[in-house]
Amino acid sequence: MSLIDLSGNLLFVAFIAYLVATLLFGGAIKQSNATGNNTHIWGKLAIVVTIIGFLSQLSYFITRWIHTGHAPVSNMFEFTTAFGMFIVAAFILIYFIYRMTALGLVALPVALLIIAYAAMFPNEVSPLVPSLQSHWLTIHVITAALGQSILAISAVAGLIYLLKVVDVKKASKQRFWLEAVMYCIIIVVGFVLVTSTFSAMDYESTYTYVDKEGKDRQIIYNMPPIFGMNDYKAVEEHGMSPLVEMPGIINAKKLTTVVWSLLVGSILYLLIRLIARRRISAIFQPLVKRVNLQLLDEIGYRSVLIGFPVFTLGALIFAMIWAQIAWSRFWGWDPKEVWALITWLFYAAFLHLRLSKGWEGERSAWLALIGFGIILFNLIAVNLILAGLHSYA
Amino acid sequence: MENITCACGHSNPYGTKLCEKCGRPLTEEEKQNKVVDMRYDGTAIRSKTYNKSIVDKIWNFFSSVKVGISLIIITLVAASIGTILPQELYVNAPDVSKPAYYEKVYGWFGKVYNQLGLSDLYSTWWFQILVGMLAISIIVASLDRGIPLYKSLKNQRVKRHESFMKRQRIVAEGHVTASPEETLDKVEKKMTEMKYNVRRDGSALLAEKGRFSRYGPYINHVGLIVFLGGVMLRLVPGFYVDESIWVREGEMRAVSGMDGYFIENRKFILETHDNKPQGEQVRQGVNVVAKNFQSDITLYKQPKDAIPGDIDNLEKVRDYSIRVNHPLKEAGFALYQMNYRLNELKQMNFNLVNKATEESLGTIEIDLTNPKKAYNLGNGASVQLLVYTPDFNGFENGAPQTKSSLPVNPAFIFKMTTPETPDGETSFVAIKQTMEPFGETKYKMKFAGSETLNVSNFTIRKDRTIPILFVGGVIFMIGVAIGSYWNHRRLWLQVEPDGGVVMAAHVNKNMFSMKKDLDAVTAFAGLPHYIDQLEKLEEGEESTDGGIKEKEGDNTL
Amino acid sequence: MEKKKKRLVTRTIILVILALAIGYTVYGTATKEKVELVAVGSEAPDFTLVDLNGEKHKLSDYRGQGVFLNFWGTWCKPCEKEMPAMDRQYKAFKDQGVQTLAVNIAQTDFEVQSFVDNYDLSFPVVIDKTKDVMTAYNVGNLPATVMIDPYGKVAKIITGEMTEANIASYMELVKPE
Repeated sequence: MSLIDLSGNLLFVAFIAYLVATLLFGGAIKQSNATGNNTHIWGKLAIVVTIIGFLSQLSYFITRWIHTGHAPVSNMFEFTTAFGMFIVAAFILIYFIYRMTALGLVALPVALLIIAYAAMFPNEVSPLVPSLQSHWLTIHVITAALGQSILAISAVAGLIYLLKVVDVKKASKQRFWLEAVMYCIIIVVGFVLVTSTFSAMDYESTYTYVDKEGKDRQIIYNMPPIFGMNDYKAVEEHGMSPLVEMPGIINAKKLTTVVWSLLVGSILYLLIRLIARRRISAIFQPLVKRVNLQLLDEIGYRSVLIGFPVFTLGALIFAMIWAQIAWSRFWGWDPKEVWALITWLFYAAFLHLRLSKGWEGERSAWLALIGFGIILFNLIAVNLILAGLHSYA
Repeated sequence: MENITCACGHSNPYGTKLCEKCGRPLTEEEKQNKVVDMRYDGTAIRSKTYNKSIVDKIWNFFSSVKVGISLIIITLVAASIGTILPQELYVNAPDVSKPAYYEKVYGWFGKVYNQLGLSDLYSTWWFQILVGMLAISIIVASLDRGIPLYKSLKNQRVKRHESFMKRQRIVAEGHVTASPEETLDKVEKKMTEMKYNVRRDGSALLAEKGRFSRYGPYINHVGLIVFLGGVMLRLVPGFYVDESIWVREGEMRAVSGMDGYFIENRKFILETHDNKPQGEQVRQGVNVVAKNFQSDITLYKQPKDAIPGDIDNLEKVRDYSIRVNHPLKEAGFALYQMNYRLNELKQMNFNLVNKATEESLGTIEIDLTNPKKAYNLGNGASVQLLVYTPDFNGFENGAPQTKSSLPVNPAFIFKMTTPETPDGETSFVAIKQTMEPFGETKYKMKFAGSETLNVSNFTIRKDRTIPILFVGGVIFMIGVAIGSYWNHRRLWLQVEPDGGVVMAAHVNKNMFSMKKDLDAVTAFAGLPHYIDQLEKLEEGEESTDGGIKEKEGDNTL
Repeated sequence: MEKKKKRLVTRTIILVILALAIGYTVYGTATKEKVELVAVGSEAPDFTLVDLNGEKHKLSDYRGQGVFLNFWGTWCKPCEKEMPAMDRQYKAFKDQGVQTLAVNIAQTDFEVQSFVDNYDLSFPVVIDKTKDVMTAYNVGNLPATVMIDPYGKVAKIITGEMTEANIASYMELVKPE
């Protein structure tokens, strides 16, 4: 087995371990609902499996690093996978400070989804372009991802907090938005399902089109085209023809992916609702019945406190140092840079609201969720939609 | 504005919430609260103390944290608007045609976006004023809060009034069996062991740890201001140079912005990865991935007192290979490999050919960077170069015109002299085009290959604000780290001669760890059990409506 | 009352300084784009360049005379158009103490020589091979003309094409008394 195959297998092992650990955490919570702490076997087993998974993923990371010769954070697949790994690392860190089992029940599925999302991107080893050939790639990207991961834990704590405090039996804005968060999570599942299904079928349709600057280009769809590119012509078409043609400024291939994910995700959501006859938030609510709100709030706040300086260092300061070396200017208002700044400003506002305006508990939890939303926007939308120097996927 | 005199006799400034000396709550609101607001330790925030002249009103506006947060949110939203469409800087079109580009590519939305100035949002006056207002807010709010907080923490008394202690989040009341002195000694011993500073005053004790963490936010604000100041300084002449030059291989050029320096581009190298394209690379139609962009250069310097144009006595500074991520640094300047142009024409070769027999009388090699007037082929044959236009774009009054000095579309007028045609024949030769303006010729200049060169684009940058920015960044990181990773823990203890004990504790964040300390000291010194008034509060309410009351005062700046 | 007054003064000073800083930033950014040639009234940067005959021309050697310093290129139409007029005025003012110096921007000797021959130009034409002088004078668009008075100071800067009457009046401007 070559190093890169080994690396892939280790990642797979990690994925399975996280899945198992999630179930174990679920079990641990059911068991401990009586006592409120997890000194018994389920909880211990869950964290041990989590650590095994983490070590396995760490080995994936290291072996891939050895194989490619650079830190595996240079494209969408590598970066997102690493982001998932750091979320698990941040969870383990926070777990050992606060010993809260319920955290694992949300943190691990989030990490799982992120890794699954990463797996939808090409995972080939690609050589580095000159601008990425620098030690700062390692330093900047890893620190930034670590910071984001720790900040993500605050959203995890926030979500659990909201699952407990929002009354899902009464109609309210809170109930609506909480369910909206759940729906978004299901959409990601939908994306993973639809992408892996069509990729298993080796689906491919090729079109030529005219891009927004009037140049002729070719594009390969990996999903049956719902939307066609500007002035498209089929080169090799399978299954169906595009239903609607889009103007040049819209990437119809990406739009197709989004719509497929929404479609499959929504069907999935409806199925769950039909089978369970409850809102998804209501399904989870009993699991978090016994969590200590004070402690959750503290975890949420603490992870922002720990993550904010790391994020600043990685996503702003190291980024500026590298930009100065590679691009001759430390700041250039590239979309990725701007969104890193926006994330930073948002968490600064979060801290000020909490410190001076007393926004704690539920409000703080909502803010933590929005913050994580901004981080994900920066990861997904900025790379895929807003073109810039950082679009490496 | 009148001072408030506390029951203990201390006179406090207007706006004080908790007496500076003994800690008694001074306002009705604080008296009502079960747990006091410990932000800024109850000192008067200066802005709240008076509100009179216009200066004070402006000051108070910027001092408000609410205004500060609003400014952060507005900046955040404004910044995000600038990412909807690419900024002008990243648009691949000449400056003058950028507005047209936005309209062409993005339609009416692009047009409006450009007209509103959103396509160059970050250098608009209003965005800069916004950031400037944020800076004012940071300075004013920090001054107003930091100074009183510092004074208050510096002048802390050991002994606090009962009403202050009982309104802390953590309170313990009861009796100890040991003697008061012994209890205090024990607490002192344990707290000292846990790295607290312990002060005693009669029957009272104050143990304190990590006070400096309270200054973290103010330190990081100083760092931010230093950083923003550095950014502003770039506009001051002399602090910032940003130039760009193109240099051909083999050419020497003065380095713009770097007086007295010359750069010679010896060779530009483009290397590609020799991997087999696969996966995404194929999907995007990228055949090769670049591995290295490199310009091998030599940097020269004029001797002292030399004037522009004097290149007779250049001193070699050094040879260097400028690569991406590896700029050349010299005398406070940095030269970056930014761009390149491949295969610009350098030399063109022509054969002098007899049209009828196809016989060649020889080859001339025209160095486009230095064409000669005449090329002698021997045996009575020679070619005279009458006209050379590097970038031919048509005739005007019978003369060929050039539209630039770059050899993009070279054209020549030759006069060909051979033993057969001693008077010479004239021929116009351009790429894929020949003309014989003075009648049919017997001979022609036949293209016989060319040589090319590459052109490197360098950015010359000097930024004397970098050290300032760096210092600002470091100060910020230090401030944010000590504000985030440390916390300020305090424990007040009062032991009456009869064994009556009141203990209170406060921490600005991370109550979880504080409680561990409290558990340790409680067990060691046999203190009564403490209660967390907030938890009590919450449980009490939860049983009624299940909601959580919003509370202030746990986490303090 | 004393304390209060002191506070008011402190606050006023801080706010004024900050307002000025912001004002300067906005102003600085707004005017950044406009690249200017050397400033009128300042000393013209000295330089030395070689003409087509291999002769060196040093600006400071013309101290005591006015100098008509013209930056040009063969591809620049307005430059080409004003050349004959410049040559006529050069001849007219040469003996009145106004020198003309045409600086070509880094073209080949061949192109410059053919151009000079073509228009039969009699004033010295030097080539700025390394663009050093162009950089020193911060020349952007061509043609650009700098009028230098007998004391070596920049008297006037002209960007764009000139008419013959213009040229004559500019030369008059820097004529030594």
